[in-house]
Amino acid sequence: MKYLDEYRDRRAAQRYAKLLAALTTKPWTVMEICGGQTHSIMRFGIDRLLPPGLQLVHGPGCPVCVTPLELIDRAIAISRRPETVFCSFGDMLRVPGSRSSLLEARAQGADIRVVYSPLDAVELARRLPARQVVFFAVGFETTAPMTAMAARRARDLGLKNFSLLTAHVLVPPAMAAILSAPANRVQGFLAAGHVCTVAGFSDYEPLARRYRVPIVVTGFEPLDILQGLCMLTRQLERGLCEVQNQYGRSARAAGNQAALAVLREVFEPCRRQWRGIGPIESSGLRLTPPYADLDAEKRFGVQEIAAQEPRECLAGEILQGLRKPHECPAFGTLCTPERPLGAPMVSSEGACAAYHRYRGAEANRK
Amino acid sequence: MSDQAPACPMPHAPEDTVTLAHGGGGRLMHRLIEKVFLAAFTDPALHEAHDGALLEPCPDRQAFTTDSFVIRPLFFPGGDIGSLAVHGTANDLAMCGAQPMYMSCGFIIEEGFSLEALAEIARSMARAAGQIGLRVVTGDTKVVERGKGDGLYLNTAGVGRVVAPDPIAPVRVRPGDAVIVSGDVGAHGAAILSVREGLAFDTALKSDAAHLWPQVRALLEAGTELHCLRDLTRGGLATTLNEIAQKSGRDVCLEETAVPLRPEVEAACELFGLDPLYMACEGRFAAFVPPDHRERALRALRAAGAAPAVIGEVGTGPRGEVRLRTRIGVERVLDMLSGEQLPRIC
Repeated sequence: MKYLDEYRDRRAAQRYAKLLAALTTKPWTVMEICGGQTHSIMRFGIDRLLPPGLQLVHGPGCPVCVTPLELIDRAIAISRRPETVFCSFGDMLRVPGSRSSLLEARAQGADIRVVYSPLDAVELARRLPARQVVFFAVGFETTAPMTAMAARRARDLGLKNFSLLTAHVLVPPAMAAILSAPANRVQGFLAAGHVCTVAGFSDYEPLARRYRVPIVVTGFEPLDILQGLCMLTRQLERGLCEVQNQYGRSARAAGNQAALAVLREVFEPCRRQWRGIGPIESSGLRLTPPYADLDAEKRFGVQEIAAQEPRECLAGEILQGLRKPHECPAFGTLCTPERPLGAPMVSSEGACAAYHRYRGAEANRK
Repeated sequence: MSDQAPACPMPHAPEDTVTLAHGGGGRLMHRLIEKVFLAAFTDPALHEAHDGALLEPCPDRQAFTTDSFVIRPLFFPGGDIGSLAVHGTANDLAMCGAQPMYMSCGFIIEEGFSLEALAEIARSMARAAGQIGLRVVTGDTKVVERGKGDGLYLNTAGVGRVVAPDPIAPVRVRPGDAVIVSGDVGAHGAAILSVREGLAFDTALKSDAAHLWPQVRALLEAGTELHCLRDLTRGGLATTLNEIAQKSGRDVCLEETAVPLRPEVEAACELFGLDPLYMACEGRFAAFVPPDHRERALRALRAAGAAPAVIGEVGTGPRGEVRLRTRIGVERVLDMLSGEQLPRIC
């Protein structure tokens, strides 16, 4: 396929692998932030082309994975109410809450529907005026503008039966949290190209300076990732800590201004709990005062629902790059894609699920 | 009883939809059978209107299969639930090296279903069966209350006459066997995706649903030694190869770049974050043949109108795994999925 095959070319990939080996003289640990990149790395086997000194750890950039347990429990509580139609992206349905998942709630009779865009949920609210339609707004800067558009559209239509259960999170605060953790091992980042396409990457400059880490905004195809790694390694070897853009065909420093404008109209930053990591200041989004009446947590009175994460699950350490999925004692035994303990085993972007799917038998043999 | 006496009135039935009364065994049901089913299916065995079909004696071994169809939407680009039921049933028999001979069909219809749609589906089944001389010899109709079904479910059974000289089964797979796929993969799954509620996108893509028997017959007539045949249905190529690898206890090595894919299928998969290797097909199969029969198999398939490709071979490894050489030349495990593929969030 045009504009795709070019970025998956075998000979070019092998050339980049050689270049990377020549560039790497010391051991380095670098993190790809985005779950989409983790997925690509495992799907194409990119990690197997890397020189032995260069270690990739997988970041927290999987929206399904970092959605806190209590929010899943709140989602389930809302979905079980007879008047609600609960709309979600498909990935979220299988994520385990404290006791069950949305998929189980659906099997027990909750009206839960998979949608592919928040605007579909608004349309549903318009068609079903007697029901309360709730959209589970999950994702990073990439999906938040779509939710913001849906909120604006619901307001324009004067819909009183549409609301949002908001779980949106922001990438740069999470990077800062990883870098300031005492056990941090990450020396450089591949930043998520799609997030930067929307949000730009000027927020990364202060991070790179403050923590003295190079950051390369990187795409998702094999050659993007390999080229991003070459740029990052070159900086590491030379002791540089700049923000560079590998994903120039899509990402610009200032981002997508139209998307950011609607985002700022509807959402403002807030302190947010990350699953397995804990609370991070200014890392989440909440509705701005003009849109506050769309808040499903308030509308259905579920703010008090709290949850404890299972102790056997090391998702927090895995999402911060402190451990690899197969180093978790529960990996492949207590925790499998069929019976996940933690969210990273659920989503195809989750590091544990990617290891299980692409390394299943091998990872278990270790 | 006089003509004026209050009798249980004939249930009022709107002319254009199926009602519970159509399943009640009375006059409405007989009218339904006559107007819809007997009008579409012309087999004398069916028109006998007996409780069962009486079949001719068969000197050969016979293959017997059953399948159920719950697809949504019922009409999709390149087919409908009726043609799909015929293809699916016949293809299961073809994979046993058997010529599809007879089939049955049970219709489980939801109250309120359009009679015209039902008639169209019945005609489509009859057309698909006629293409390979498969006889629809018996059937059944049930109507369920509104909300208790999804429009229409079909359940079929099929009987075939085994013509392959040797058994066709995973246990006969040997190291060195060539793995051939009969055409491009994933078009059925992508076509269904393109018309799903909430996902619909514009594409000229059509389902690959088709009969596999003509291609299998061509392989057999060419004298190809067939170790294993398996149609790629739910779960796609990756799942099928995993089933065969596990059953045979042999490793299967697959070359990703050799797997034929239509650009439209690849594009749809990229858009939704799906892997084409797991996309459903309804008119493709994988054949395991010894290396010295590889060219013969390819020639026979091409002569039967297929566009086959050699996509890998059976390795010497004993683990029963599928190993994929990815596009960038790295080898990894190609596992089964734990459930349905779900579109990714971003």
